[in-house]
Amino acid sequence: MAPLLKVTKVSKHFGGFTALNGVSLEIAEGERFGLIGPNGSGKTTLINCIAGALRNESGQIVFQGREVSGLPAYQRTRLGIARSFQIPRPFHTMTVLENLLVPTAYVVHLKDTEGEAEAMAILKAMGLADKAHTPASQLSQVELRKLELARAMAARPRLLISDEAMAGLAGAEVDEVLRILFDLNEKGITIIMIEHIMQAVMRFSQRVVCLDAGAIICEGAPAAIVQDPNVQRAYLGA
Amino acid sequence: MIFSFDLLFEAILFGILLGCFYAAVSIGLSVSFGLLDVPHVAHPAIMVFGSYCTYIVASHGLDPILSGVVLMPAFFVLGVLIYRFYYETFERRGADAAVRGLAFFFGLAFIIEVGLILGFGVDQRTVQAPYIGSSLALGDYRIPYRMLVAFGVALVLTFALTLYLSKTFTGRAIKAVAQDEPALRLMGANPVRIKQWAFGIATGVSALAGAMLIIIGPVEPALDRVYIGRTFCVVVLAGLGSMTGTLAAGLILGIAESIVLMLFGASWAPAVAFGLLLIVLGIRPQGLFGR
Amino acid sequence: MKFWIAMGVLAAAAIGLALSPVNEYFFYAAYVVLTYVVLATAWNILGGYAGYVNFGTPAFFGIGAYAAVVLMRWLHAPLALQIAAAALMGGLLGFGVGMLTLRLRGIFFAIATVAVIFIMETLMINWRYVGGATGLQLIRPDVMAPFASYTRMLFVVMALMAIAAVAIARYIQDSWIGRGLRAVRDSEEAAEANGVPTLRLKLLACTVMGALMAAAGAPMPMYLSFIEPASTFNLSYTVGALGSAIIGGMSHWLGPIVGALLLGSLQQIITVTISGEVNVLVVGVLLVLFVVLAPQGLLGLFKRWLPFSR
Repeated sequence: MAPLLKVTKVSKHFGGFTALNGVSLEIAEGERFGLIGPNGSGKTTLINCIAGALRNESGQIVFQGREVSGLPAYQRTRLGIARSFQIPRPFHTMTVLENLLVPTAYVVHLKDTEGEAEAMAILKAMGLADKAHTPASQLSQVELRKLELARAMAARPRLLISDEAMAGLAGAEVDEVLRILFDLNEKGITIIMIEHIMQAVMRFSQRVVCLDAGAIICEGAPAAIVQDPNVQRAYLGA
Repeated sequence: MIFSFDLLFEAILFGILLGCFYAAVSIGLSVSFGLLDVPHVAHPAIMVFGSYCTYIVASHGLDPILSGVVLMPAFFVLGVLIYRFYYETFERRGADAAVRGLAFFFGLAFIIEVGLILGFGVDQRTVQAPYIGSSLALGDYRIPYRMLVAFGVALVLTFALTLYLSKTFTGRAIKAVAQDEPALRLMGANPVRIKQWAFGIATGVSALAGAMLIIIGPVEPALDRVYIGRTFCVVVLAGLGSMTGTLAAGLILGIAESIVLMLFGASWAPAVAFGLLLIVLGIRPQGLFGR
Repeated sequence: MKFWIAMGVLAAAAIGLALSPVNEYFFYAAYVVLTYVVLATAWNILGGYAGYVNFGTPAFFGIGAYAAVVLMRWLHAPLALQIAAAALMGGLLGFGVGMLTLRLRGIFFAIATVAVIFIMETLMINWRYVGGATGLQLIRPDVMAPFASYTRMLFVVMALMAIAAVAIARYIQDSWIGRGLRAVRDSEEAAEANGVPTLRLKLLACTVMGALMAAAGAPMPMYLSFIEPASTFNLSYTVGALGSAIIGGMSHWLGPIVGALLLGSLQQIITVTISGEVNVLVVGVLLVLFVVLAPQGLLGLFKRWLPFSR
């Protein structure tokens, strides 16, 4: 079966600095995929290239059989790629519900009456239903993280990229977000998870890729990744 | 349209001198906007304010260039205060910061301009100095001494600042904070202190730039408007964050303006900077050497 | 529905006033204030809703004024046609500047709008057909039935234009377009990631803004019986539009109206009692004060003092 997402030799430079150096990977439909690597290894750059926030300079990005490298981000979202942001970027002058009404209107093209129903259902699943009419600016960190995921969900994605959704969260909160992601995957959504919290990545992922200095240094099952000497060197230094 | 190679050569010569001057008056903006990302549309206004301060100091008998130098420490302090205020009020609280920051600096520029009108009237002011009024004769060409003086000061200023930013510790910290603030924080340096110091330097330099402005020609309160075009043209053409690019960009603008002046007259010259700015924004917004 | 009833009442009131024996000076002053209502409302569509600051109000206003003059000289066109042509030119200019710079950060757009003012002014200074630097005298009819004077007719025209501008702003604000623009303002990156075609919406807002500003400029030459570049491309239009929106409140279509009415009236009073320069200084100071202390404008302050909110 053709992969949902196929990234082939993608490169990206910022001036003299090489952020991505010929990265290739494939993600199957319904897969739970983990992306790890030390700070500055290119994880977020890769995500930005896939989602369209950045344009890759070379290589191909093929989603559902379609080359998307040249498309602006909003069109990629409409094709089914959604992402949450590492540092939450809520629409702070809107309420939680209104935040979700943006993707329901612009990605799924629902009228507000239907959009509200769908948004409320998502908020309920995320545990944010009681905050629906709260301004996004008044949410706590955990709630903002959940809002990021909820908003990404409202776009009815085929592929969801979760960029460090658990950063800075503690035990029970991590479990909560993890549960949400497992549930989403159960519904058939392919998920790419970027995380630093190793136990979360290992519990969640079926396959893990480790980046370092813009290149893939290891790929495989979680157990194998942890043992890999290259990965250990990348995280702990030579 | 009058055209001859002699006139062209003279225009290019004049353009080179003018261009270095434009580079020097833009270098403060290269720091405040190019490196620090402050939407400093009030930069030309502060420079014109510096011209008027030079006028006042020089009226007590001091040479204009020296007046400018004397004013630099005061303007440094002014710059620190402005940045501090800007940072606390706008950069800290993210909401609507972009709109408010722009509106703030525009309002500031406006207040400075109107304040100058109320204080000095709309008439032009000039300063006197031995090198203002006479020209150097080079064969068939005459180069006004004041242009040479401005050219000299401009070169010294540009090189001094470029050296400062690349050789000294604080200077390199300033460049670092522009590129990677979190990393700088990790090194134990305080980004806000560095930025405020940089903004102070940029404003201090504006004092000297203002002195050169009133040496080159008469000033009036509305002069900041055309210099918004010139300074932003130079900074954008150079590429944000590039000091050496500022000199190249200034030369390009100076020569372009000088040639247009020769071919089409004074009514078209001020539009050159703005037109060039639009072209750069449209074709290559990162400029010649941008990061 | 309530909105349209109110607008209908206002339109009727404007016409009624124009037909009444009220002092002629009122219409001169009111015309200016209404012009600022249109300019501020138009400015806010891009500035308040989308978060992109336009310093170039004089450029759009001016292209409208000069388009009207060209149509008058060339085709002896009636005012309605002049306004239409002006709106077209303003829309094109807005679209052009937008295409050039709305892909970039907000400050580049802002500086580009300053550039457009200068370039337009330079072009008009060098164009003899519209009077060049010295300007052009225009002859207008003394009377325009059923109104006692041409000025009264212009007042009604501007009142209707203000109503139209506010209606357009209100429509944009309350529609899905408005939500998209607000998303762009709150976080352009997140908006793009959530399916909002950010560039297209910004271009739309910029085009509409340009068209409205130019339309407001079209009757100006007839109002003054004169047109010349320096006063047409005057930077006080920038402060007036931007200031009215910020002082009144940027997030709602009522804000620019409140701001323009207040600033407009204040300006008339100060200019007449003290001086033109002090007036400009006061506006500048008010702008900075509000930007720093009350960024939500008068509407925002109002909301805080009232127990309920919209």
